[in-house]
Amino acid sequence: MRVAVQTAPFDPGAEATAFAAGVAEAGAIVTFTGLVRGDGGRIAAMEIEHYPGMTERAIAAMLDKAAGRWPLLDALVIHRHGRLVPGEPIMMVATAAPHRGEAFAAAEFLMDWLKSRAPFWKKEIGPGGAEWVAAKDSDEDALTRW
Amino acid sequence: MIEVLYFAWVRERIGLPREKVETAAPTVAALVEELRAREERYALAFADLTALRVALDQELAAFNAPLAGVREVAFFPPMTGG
Repeated sequence: MRVAVQTAPFDPGAEATAFAAGVAEAGAIVTFTGLVRGDGGRIAAMEIEHYPGMTERAIAAMLDKAAGRWPLLDALVIHRHGRLVPGEPIMMVATAAPHRGEAFAAAEFLMDWLKSRAPFWKKEIGPGGAEWVAAKDSDEDALTRW
Repeated sequence: MIEVLYFAWVRERIGLPREKVETAAPTVAALVEELRAREERYALAFADLTALRVALDQELAAFNAPLAGVREVAFFPPMTGG
């Protein structure tokens, strides 16, 4: 299990290939990559702040929970912070399991928890100024299904 | 002495990322009351606790949680990761 919280860009394809090479026994690998949306020019850049220390701990705890629920052979979470522009990958989750149902479920679980329980805050910078992104009720509701 | 951290718009409203606070507050809520009473910028940042979250030693906690033994308190808006 690997957690990377970084400002540096990453290559989702290279990460997926390296992840797959480490789990030869897996029957299924699911990868998800989140990108910065431009929203038709409304967003010129995104600034992501985080809480160093707590971020890594919170994500490691999510990975532990996921590993307790599904037979994961490995999992990966990469999340960037700092200034990003539309089209850039923000974050990536990869899960490896014996079967696809387990790999998909664990990846969705990690995504849902990352949205509202990992200490990241997004600020959108656009032509009209800068604004902190408000948390959505739907993101909080998504946790109830787990 | 407690290390108090602020993130996102809480940090911007207060104008500091972190500070050391001398306090005997028994709970997070009592600490918030002390901070609110300091200056207008604190009162503004802590105007609506339903819009805030708190972590004690890097674990999410409730506003009625005790502060005994806690070294680091962080205040921030609901998280928007992913």
